[in-house]
Amino acid sequence: MIVDPYVLNVNGVDRRVVDGHIDESLLWVLRERLGLPGSKNACEEGECGSCTVRLDDEIVCSCLVLAAAAVDRRIATIESLSVDGDLSDVQQAFLEAGAVQCGFCTPGLLVAIDRLLEDDPDPEELTVREAISGNLCRCTGYAKIIEAVGKASSVSQTSIKSNHG
Amino acid sequence: MDDAKQLKVVGQTGALVGSLSKVMGESNYADDLFLPRMLYCRILRSTHPHARIRSIDIGPALKRKGVIAVITGKDLPIPYGILPVSQDEQALCVEKVRMVGDPVAAVAALDEETAEVALEEIRVDYEPFPSVMSVEEGLAETEEQIHEYADRGNIHKFVSLEFGNMEEGFSQADHVREDIFHYEGNTHMPMEQHAAVAKCGADGRVTLWSSTQTPHYVHRALSKVLELPASRIRVIATPVGGGFGGKTDPFPHEIVICKMAMLTGRPVKITLTREEVFYCHRGRHPVLMWVRTGMKQDGSITAMHFRSYLDGGAYGSYGVASTYYTGALQTVTYPIANYKFEGLRVFTNKPPCGPKRGHGTPQPRFALEVQLDKFAEDLGLNPAELRLRHLMQPNTQAINHLTVTTIGLKECIEKITKASGFESKHRRLPEGRGIGIACSAYLTGAGLPIYWNKMPHSGVQMKIDRGGGVTVFCGSTDIGQGSDSVLAAIVAEELGIDPDHVIVVTADTDLTPVDLGSYSSRVTLMTGNATIEAVRTLKEKLFAAVAEVFQCDPESLTLSEGQVVSMKGKKQEVPFTDAVQWAEAKFGTLGSVGSYTPPRRGGKFKGAGVGPSPNYSYSACVAEVECDQETGIYRVLKLSLAHDVGRSINPIQVMGQVEGSAYMGLGEVMMEEQVFRRGLHKIPSLLDYKSPTTLDMPEMEIFLIETDDPNGPYGAKEAGQGPLLPIMPAVANAIYDAVGVRIDEVPVLPEKIFKGLQKLKSGKSSRIGPAFIPEVEFPEPIRVERPETAPN
Repeated sequence: MIVDPYVLNVNGVDRRVVDGHIDESLLWVLRERLGLPGSKNACEEGECGSCTVRLDDEIVCSCLVLAAAAVDRRIATIESLSVDGDLSDVQQAFLEAGAVQCGFCTPGLLVAIDRLLEDDPDPEELTVREAISGNLCRCTGYAKIIEAVGKASSVSQTSIKSNHG
Repeated sequence: MDDAKQLKVVGQTGALVGSLSKVMGESNYADDLFLPRMLYCRILRSTHPHARIRSIDIGPALKRKGVIAVITGKDLPIPYGILPVSQDEQALCVEKVRMVGDPVAAVAALDEETAEVALEEIRVDYEPFPSVMSVEEGLAETEEQIHEYADRGNIHKFVSLEFGNMEEGFSQADHVREDIFHYEGNTHMPMEQHAAVAKCGADGRVTLWSSTQTPHYVHRALSKVLELPASRIRVIATPVGGGFGGKTDPFPHEIVICKMAMLTGRPVKITLTREEVFYCHRGRHPVLMWVRTGMKQDGSITAMHFRSYLDGGAYGSYGVASTYYTGALQTVTYPIANYKFEGLRVFTNKPPCGPKRGHGTPQPRFALEVQLDKFAEDLGLNPAELRLRHLMQPNTQAINHLTVTTIGLKECIEKITKASGFESKHRRLPEGRGIGIACSAYLTGAGLPIYWNKMPHSGVQMKIDRGGGVTVFCGSTDIGQGSDSVLAAIVAEELGIDPDHVIVVTADTDLTPVDLGSYSSRVTLMTGNATIEAVRTLKEKLFAAVAEVFQCDPESLTLSEGQVVSMKGKKQEVPFTDAVQWAEAKFGTLGSVGSYTPPRRGGKFKGAGVGPSPNYSYSACVAEVECDQETGIYRVLKLSLAHDVGRSINPIQVMGQVEGSAYMGLGEVMMEEQVFRRGLHKIPSLLDYKSPTTLDMPEMEIFLIETDDPNGPYGAKEAGQGPLLPIMPAVANAIYDAVGVRIDEVPVLPEKIFKGLQKLKSGKSSRIGPAFIPEVEFPEPIRVERPETAPN
C-alpha cells in the first residue's frame, strides 16, 4: 500500500519520501529511495549489524525499523560521520589500524563505535567487545577493529586533555 | 633478501587502496549500483531436493502488471561449469532439479516486490525422486542418478594414486595407527550477499557488474551460455564484500540477468537473499577420512595410506580439484616415505561444495595433525619435538613430486612454542586447562590453470602519462584481501613514488589483461611478478632517456622519492615527471606489459596437476583452552600463530589475513556447520548459522616468518588461506590435553566433549568420532615412482 508522502530527518536534512510503501524498512528507504547506500543489507533480520544507523541517541539495525516509525526522529548514517570531508577519529583509526578489508561491515561498525565513544571516550576493551558484538565481520577476526577503537579513544582522550590544559 | 634494507615501500605498513572510500560509505558494491530504467530480477527456486520438472506454467506471472519478462531453462539450456570436466550446471534447470534452491525460473519486473509476487504465480509440476543426502546414501544403489556422467552411480569422481612402496613402508614402521575422522561442511558466509547488474547496449554488447572473485571465468561462462563472442561481453567485478571462495564459480543469477537484459533492452539487477546465498554455497566439503600411518620410534613417517570420502552436493563445481586436494598437501610438511591416496566424491542433493578458504586441505590437515598428536603420545614423544625433528627440507621434492623451495616451519614452531610456553605446559596444566599444537602448509597459487592452456596466469599493462600519472591495469580482483594495494606497492617501490600516486585499474575484461582471479592464494605472487616485469620494462625506458641527457650509464640511475638520481660521479637528479617527458619524447607513448606463468613442475601422472605451486607457505599454531569438565563448554584462551609468508609486501595487510584466517578457523572448529534435515538446509540464515563474534575471539599472538622465496615477488608467499589450517587440529589437541577427550570431528562442539566426558567416567574410550568407513572398492591405483630427491 502506497502511503502519503512523509518526511524523514536524515543526517540533519529533512527528506521527503514519495510513493513509499507502509511496510518498507528504514534501510530500504535510505538505500533505495533516498540514495544513501552506505548502510548495508546483509541478513535482513537484525543479526549482523551491517545496516546500523543512529536514531536519536539509539543505535538500531535499520533493517528492523519501519521507515514510518522513524518520522520525527533524527536519523544519522555512515554518510554523516565525516564532516566537510574530514574523517572522524574512528574512521581515521580504522585506516591506520588496517581494520578494513572487504569493507561491507565497516559502515555499521563505524556508526556503532562512534556512538560508543560519545558516551565513553576511553572504554575498557571488554566494553568495546560487548558494544560491537552484534556487528559481524568475516574478514578481520575483529583484532584490528578493536585496535582501531583503542587508537580512536586515545586520540580523543589526548584532544580532551589538550582542550583542558 | 640482500637488498631488503633498500626497499622503501615493500615491507612497510600502508593503508589499503580503497579503504578510504569504504570508511566513508562511498564504495559502490554491486547492490549499490543503480541504472536508469533498471528492472529487478528474482529467481524461483526448487522446493524439492530431487525431482523431474514435468512442466512450468509462466502464463499468470507474465500477465501481472509490472512484470516485463519471465524466463525458464528453455531460454538458457547450454550447460556450463567452472571445470571443463564438470559442465553440469544450467542457469535455470531444464529437465530436473537436484537440490532445494536450484533455480527454475526468473522474473524481471519494475520493482523487486512485483517480481517476488510474480514468482508465486509460476506453477511448476514436479515428479519427485528419492533424495541422496549423505556419503553413505551416495554410495548405495540408486534408481535415479543425480548426474549421468558420474564415474559410478552417484560417485562423481574416484582418485587412486600410489607413490613408492606401501608394503615396504609399513614393514619398516615400529608403530602403525589407523584413525577415522569426520569434518562437517561449513560455508563462507561473506557479509555481502551475491549481487549483480547487467545491461545490453543498443549495439548488443552485454555488460555485467558482479560481486565475483573470478571475472575471467564468468566472462567465459557467459560467452558459452549466451552464445556470444567474448568480445561482445564485458564483465566488471565490483568491490567484493567478502569472498573466501564463495564467489569463484560463475553463478546462475549472473547469466540470468544478462539474458534478461538482452531480452528487454533494459538494465537488470539482482541481489540474492541470505537464504539464496546458502544455496549458492560452494563451501567446505563434508569429508570422512581414514588414515593408516606407519611411524618409526624416532617419529619419522615410513608410510601413509589416506582415504577421503567427500560429500560434494548437487554439482561438480571445483569438486574434482577438491578431491585431489584432500590428498595433495599432506606430503609437504613432514617427509612421508611412501604414500597412497584414495579419494572419492559423491553427488548429493544439497548445495554444491567447492573451494572455501583452504580448498580441500583443512579436512586432511585436521586428520593428519590430530593423528600426529596421538602418535606422539603412543611413542612418548613431545608433539612439538616430533614435528621439529622431521620437517621437509628446502629444495627437495615430496613423495608425490611436489617441490618445496623454502620452508620456514622450524622457525614457526620455535616461535610459538616459546611464546606459549608449550614445553612447560603440555600435559602439565591443571585439569580443565590444555594446550595443543598443529602445523600446516598451503600453496601460493595453483601451478596449473583451470582450463588447459599455455597462456600466462596473470597479465599486467602499464602506462605513464606525461603528467607523471602512473596507471597499472590488471584483471586481478580485490576481494578485501588487498590485491589492489599489492599492485600499487610494487609499482611504487620500483618507481620510487608514493603508492597513493599509482592509479590501479582492475577486474574489468574490457580494460584489463587476464588475471585468472582471486582464488588459490595466487594473486600476490602471480600479479606481483607480472607487475615487476611490466614496471621494470618502463623503468628501463625512463633510465635510457635520462642517461642520454645526463650523459651517464643507465645502470648508475635510481628512482627515489619522486626523483631520478644518478649515483655515480657527479650527482645529478631530475623530477620523475620531467624524466617521463624525456622518455615520451624519445620513445613515443609510454606503456609496457608483464606476464607471469608458474614454473612447470610436478609429476607426469594423471592428477599431478593439483598440488604444484611456485612456493608453499607454512603455519604453526599453539592453542590454549579452558574446558568445563562437567559441561564440555570451552573457551579458547590464546592462539599463538606463526606464518611463513616469505616476505611481507605490506605487514599490516598480512597480519589482517593471518588474523582473519585464524578467526575463520576458530569458527569452523568451535561452532560452524552446515546441516540438513530431509532435504532441507536446517539453518539458511545468519540468525541460525552461528559464527564467532568479538566476544568469542581469544588473545592472538602472531609472528610473521620471512624466508625470501626465490619464486615470490621480493620473496613473498601467500597469507590468505594457510593460517586457517592449523587452528582446528590445534584446538582439538588442546581439548584432549585439557580433559582427556578425543574429538575426531570438526566442529568440536561442547555437546561432543560432554559425551566424551560421560564415556570417560564410565571407563570407556573417550573418543568421539566416526566408528567405521563405508566399504568401497577403489580403482587400481596409478603407481608413481618416487622422485629422485624424495625423502627415504
